[in-house]
Amino acid sequence: MTGPDRSVVSLDQVRFRWPGQTSDTVAIDELHLDAGEHLFVRGASGSGKTTLLNLLAGIHTPSQGQIRLLETDLSTLSPSKRDQFRADHIGVVFQQFNLLPYLTTLENVTLSCAFSDRKKQRVTDSADVTTTARQLLSALSLAEEFHGAPVHKLSVGQQQRVAVARALIGGPEILIADEPTSALDADNRDRFMELLFQEVEAQGCTLIFVSHDPQLATSFSRTLELTVGEEARSEW
Amino acid sequence: MNLIRIAWKSARFRRTSLLLTVFTIAISVTLLLGVDKIRKESRTSLLNTVSQTDLIVGARSSPSNLLLYSVFRIGNATNNVSWETYQDIAAMDEVAWTVPISLGDSHRGFRVMGTSTDYFDFYMYGNKQSLELESGDRFDGAFETVLGADVADDLGYEVGDEIIISHGLVEVDFAAHDDKPFTVVGILERTGTPVDRTVHTSLEGIEAVHVDWQNGSRSALTLTAEQALQFDLTPTSITAFMVGLENRAQTFQVQREINDIQREPMSAILPSATLSEFWRTISTVEQVMFVISGFVLVAGLLGMLTTILSTLNERRREIAVLRAVGARASHVVLLILIETLLVVTAGCVLGVAKLYGLLAAARGTIASRFGVNVAATGLDATQLGIMACVILGAVLVALIPGFIAYRRSIQDGLALKV
Repeated sequence: MTGPDRSVVSLDQVRFRWPGQTSDTVAIDELHLDAGEHLFVRGASGSGKTTLLNLLAGIHTPSQGQIRLLETDLSTLSPSKRDQFRADHIGVVFQQFNLLPYLTTLENVTLSCAFSDRKKQRVTDSADVTTTARQLLSALSLAEEFHGAPVHKLSVGQQQRVAVARALIGGPEILIADEPTSALDADNRDRFMELLFQEVEAQGCTLIFVSHDPQLATSFSRTLELTVGEEARSEW
Repeated sequence: MNLIRIAWKSARFRRTSLLLTVFTIAISVTLLLGVDKIRKESRTSLLNTVSQTDLIVGARSSPSNLLLYSVFRIGNATNNVSWETYQDIAAMDEVAWTVPISLGDSHRGFRVMGTSTDYFDFYMYGNKQSLELESGDRFDGAFETVLGADVADDLGYEVGDEIIISHGLVEVDFAAHDDKPFTVVGILERTGTPVDRTVHTSLEGIEAVHVDWQNGSRSALTLTAEQALQFDLTPTSITAFMVGLENRAQTFQVQREINDIQREPMSAILPSATLSEFWRTISTVEQVMFVISGFVLVAGLLGMLTTILSTLNERRREIAVLRAVGARASHVVLLILIETLLVVTAGCVLGVAKLYGLLAAARGTIASRFGVNVAATGLDATQLGIMACVILGAVLVALIPGFIAYRRSIQDGLALKV
């Protein structure tokens, strides 16, 4: 296990309890992820998966313990600094409805750069934002004819690939995926996972992937099991 | 892509409901600015009814009453001014000119005013504008008349036509001076003042139609027009008269002298001061109109609030996506405010466009019916201030959904499953 000072993600004695509740929604004694590691998070409904993602994204702050991302203690940052940290270092893919319906495919992908100068700078070091967005979309097998199209013309599988492109543009160190395959059939799910791993590994991104689908766990080097009312168990 | 562009695209995506809001605000702005514009134009028009006249003199009454019947031909005088007194005042050294006014008869709803030809030389309105003839000439004979523009237009008269005037203000057969018709010899250009709605004749004409009348009704002796002209047609009294002074600095002195005349109680008023006073009296109505327009605007802004609030729930996904890509909670508030600004600005622009469109279409009708010339001038400081208040009010109103969206964006976080 890597020491906390060198980890990309480091959780130490983290507890989170909603106001008025008697038990912790999230209880993780220790979790460390190195750069490029892929973590599969599973658990039943109400086990705190969503809360964990919000903690990692800096939306919520833990009741106890410490969350360090890229050697930064999130609790030391103000809410707006945490938002900026998320914009600069984290990509997020939802279950579905990832895209803004009034933007085109390319606009959705480049949206991340509107809130992060750091991401924008990283992109423009090699090419312009639109070119990079097109390259990412092509790498994720989205035909060029769809690049400028309104997103409602895309299938659900295509929309999820656009969401991955948006999450990966600007080279974030951490990618959070919240059940991104739940709306896909088996073929599309496998294809999606293949492309996701391909791009995540190409960028050296640390992946935190939440899903109910136990079949997907085999693709990950590490698994975090969340159980209602119990401390999380980490397996690898 | 910046927040303004995102807000614009988001608003365009929900354009149907937002367009309705834009139209509602536009109606409110049109009303609010329209009331203000017409109020100001009415005031200008009212104050421009008489120009370069230093005093108006009539029998003792309130200044407003004297102003109403002598200038606006509304209501009646409480008494007349004797011809001798009029002549005495006209002969004062300080007096440069006088224009007599004799009222009492009418023609198909329009007031008849007996006067002298000095009326065409000295009566001025607006910015020192004199009366101009659109066609024909001034009256010369006793049974000649010059019509105001509205009288000619509304009744379809032309130079050469004959008209019958009636005794008093009610159009009934037994009161018609039908045995002594008047010939239209001139039609005045439009002035936007009560002149447009007046039938002008000579004082002699007014006397001539009444030589065979006693105490307001026909006498047993009926005379023809030619016979009437044989009488001395110098009036014994007039209703009022306008006065121009040699030196304006003497206005108050002459006013005091006239008011102090013992043998006949009279009032001399300063038209501009009385017009301003009169405007203050009637301005309550326009204040009420302004308040009503304000309520219409409040209703418009509440409509906008309702529209934005009703869309907030369906926009939770949109907000979650924006938060996921790094938008701060304050960005969410800004997004709502920018959208509001876009809507209210569009509403204001459309409202102003509608206002000028309506004014252009109705300018002629407003001028002829109400005597108010609404010029197509730009918005003044007050009207721009009203627009600024509308925009500021909308932004303040939008803080409510902005705050709700802010709270929800924090509660919902990233993993929104709706």
